[in-house]
Amino acid sequence: MIAGDIEFSDELQSYIDEWSKKEGGLVMMLHRIQNEFGYVPRAAAEKLSLISGIPLAKIYGVITFYHFFKTTKPGKHRISVCMGTACYLKGSQELLEEIRSILSIEPDEVTDDGLFSVDEVRCLGCCGLAPVIMIDDEVYGKLTKEQLPDIIAKYRSL
Amino acid sequence: MAKMTLDQLRALRAQKQEELEKRTVEGKDIQMIVGMGTCGIAAGAKQTFDAIVAALEKHNMAGKVVVRQTGCMGLCYVEPTVEVVMPDMPPVIYGKMTSDVAEELVVKHLIEHSLLDNHIFDRPAVDIVKH
Amino acid sequence: MAYKNFILVCGGTGCESSRSDEIYKSLISEAEALGVSHDVQVVKTGCFGFCEQGPIVKVLPSESFYVKVKPEDAHEIIAEQVIKGREVSRLLYRKDKKAETAKLEGIESYQKQFRIVLRNCGVINPESIDEYIVRDGYRALEKALFEMTPEEVIAEVKASGLRGRGGAGFPTGLKWEAARKSPGDIKYIVCNADEGDPGAYMDRSTIEGDPHSILEAMVIAGRAVGANFGYIYIRAEYPLAIERLKIAIQQAKNYGLLGKDILGSGFDFDIEIRLGAGAFVCGEETALLQSIEGKRGMPRPKPPFPAVKGLWGKPTVINNVETLANVPVILTRGAKWFASIGTDKSKGTKVFALTGKINNSGLIEVPMGTTLREIIFDIGGGIRNGKKFKGVQTGGPSGGIIVEKDLDTQISYESLTALGSMMGSGGMIVMDEDDCVVDVSKFYMAFCVDESCGKCAPCRIGTKQMYGLLDKITKGQGEEADLVKLEQIGKAMTKASLCMLGGSAANPTLATLRHFRDEYLEHIRDKKCRAGKCKDLVVYEIDPIKCIGCGLCARHCPVPCITGEKKKPHVIDGSKCIKCGECFVACKFGAVVKR
Repeated sequence: MIAGDIEFSDELQSYIDEWSKKEGGLVMMLHRIQNEFGYVPRAAAEKLSLISGIPLAKIYGVITFYHFFKTTKPGKHRISVCMGTACYLKGSQELLEEIRSILSIEPDEVTDDGLFSVDEVRCLGCCGLAPVIMIDDEVYGKLTKEQLPDIIAKYRSL
Repeated sequence: MAKMTLDQLRALRAQKQEELEKRTVEGKDIQMIVGMGTCGIAAGAKQTFDAIVAALEKHNMAGKVVVRQTGCMGLCYVEPTVEVVMPDMPPVIYGKMTSDVAEELVVKHLIEHSLLDNHIFDRPAVDIVKH
Repeated sequence: MAYKNFILVCGGTGCESSRSDEIYKSLISEAEALGVSHDVQVVKTGCFGFCEQGPIVKVLPSESFYVKVKPEDAHEIIAEQVIKGREVSRLLYRKDKKAETAKLEGIESYQKQFRIVLRNCGVINPESIDEYIVRDGYRALEKALFEMTPEEVIAEVKASGLRGRGGAGFPTGLKWEAARKSPGDIKYIVCNADEGDPGAYMDRSTIEGDPHSILEAMVIAGRAVGANFGYIYIRAEYPLAIERLKIAIQQAKNYGLLGKDILGSGFDFDIEIRLGAGAFVCGEETALLQSIEGKRGMPRPKPPFPAVKGLWGKPTVINNVETLANVPVILTRGAKWFASIGTDKSKGTKVFALTGKINNSGLIEVPMGTTLREIIFDIGGGIRNGKKFKGVQTGGPSGGIIVEKDLDTQISYESLTALGSMMGSGGMIVMDEDDCVVDVSKFYMAFCVDESCGKCAPCRIGTKQMYGLLDKITKGQGEEADLVKLEQIGKAMTKASLCMLGGSAANPTLATLRHFRDEYLEHIRDKKCRAGKCKDLVVYEIDPIKCIGCGLCARHCPVPCITGEKKKPHVIDGSKCIKCGECFVACKFGAVVKR
């Protein structure tokens, strides 16, 4: 495979053109790439290196330093379980285990059908609604284990 | 608006303050203010907002009421929150205002001029700007 | 028909139990008896806080706030207040003047909260610059640009006593002054909105509710120190806050409140948003600067301080969101007014995200000097489900736990540090008897292991070692010598780490070891977790006297390990039990017990 063999949309391309000229724009460009692909594919990192002249090693150094950047493709629906303190005290660990058991996946895995992946996230900032999970952009608060199968089922048929 | 000078900024502030004293916004004298920070939205504030707008239409009140959004009122445990400000009624903050209570709020508070049971929460602090 | 008065009767749990329902009914019947039921509406409300003063009754529009009301008082309230329009003074809430620590000039209110930072949150539309301007918005900027010299602005901020709200409490005015005095043409203002402390969302709410106050403060700071460019470094996990900031920046640019020649003053200032990417350490200021520069966010030793050598080697002021939100008010109301609020060394207010096992969780702002008891019981409405208070965690993974006996401490930077915790950014998490301190310490340590950047050995190795020891204890394999090791490693990390992440990572563990050593020893000696949180130590059993043999537990058991004949006591096979707790939840007779 040729290094950097991946299509960038016009918007992404022009964003990179703009930000690669600015000082310290690497983190912002990686955000934009992850926005487009859902993660940072290796080919995209290579292409970014070719365009911006930033060494690939440095790009990977940054990607792997920050939790937010993913190097593997997530599921179609991303389930984020809040592991902030308030949620933890109200049982988010159990929610996490229950979700993984319903989907029968281990940490960092994607379900076989490619539909779901599960992340532990730091505070989602909805402590008043603890415990909280977020599926894609939808937040579910004051959850109990019993509600999980129905919520997940909703996304299977989407 | 184009870039302002100091005098223009002061004039704008004075003009808007005058409007505020008349207690009218866009010629409407009733305001319903929905708390729409992340917590509020997670608790269903957007649905509440839409349900209020629909209820106002249904009861022919849309022409008298401005429905606005604001940030977090701090009452996370009773989100979504809605404040109602109107003539002849004390300003009141309602909590647990899910979309299914929206119509009741419009009918009771706006039309019948009475308060809803079990939904009122206290304003947490005095306003230092007006004070 | 319109009511003239509204009587609000608190229907919160605290007040319910103290006869608020009877009061509600007697108010209605009195109103009828006295023939004024058309003039007054009696309404049940949610909790007002102040549960120890309950039942609470509030009358609108007069805002009369009555405490410890009895059903017998209904007649007087209706007869005096509704009919004659006079307050019933003997029932009115009075502040205990002696205990009153927070002096609020000219403001008489029963409320414990006082909002400076959150003055516009929940009031204005955050996407409307006009609504901000109406409420004295950009008034402080006018002053800073046209009525004061940069030196005077700095002097005013210094005189106000404002200190950094990110946790460490460094005087803001001194920071600005150092940056102003540092030589160089190019300087920067950075707003730290990388709120990574789990359980804290003060900065997010402030930005979501009042983004312009941050922009205004940054321009003022720029004017004061001689900087023409600012960055807002914000968590990527806060999409709504980012969106509202973008809108606000655009509006300010359109109005000429950002950009070239602001309001015709000749002063230029621009702001750019930079996103964080989920690294807690980037809340540390030198790490944050690295991240803005597009690098791995690793801290570097101080000095040189950023005020001397910051972003791209230029003098840089880094202020947290809450710190900045105070600045416009300090300039409009004056340093003297601001300094009149709070304690001797800690001025102004502090915003807290009050969460955990508390009735009224929420975002609160109180004057410095308010006691933790007032926050938890008067504002927070006490502990959920009538459970027993165990402790309150402040300062997140860098803070400690504060216990019952210290609840009357007045909040200030110094007092919380003296208790082995810290002010921190403002997360305040209340724990009850069902929370295990060893488990919580392990939770925070796991967080620090994850978030340690790995640059310095004390933090990288220390957090991992401490986590291992805590994990061992929660699994029932701990030894008493482990507690000594925890303390030794903790102290070494505190002293030797490069930045405050490592320097404070041991705090939660050290604080719980100090206050709850007996619980650690229980885990080690008796293999027992009294809160029932440490799964490996919990044993589920069925009480043969309470069990009616319905079999519900057996049906819920996923293993299955519960056996028994119908209508006879069932038994759990401990060797097979996976301790999922399903039977405990399922049993309707309380026959399944945790031991």
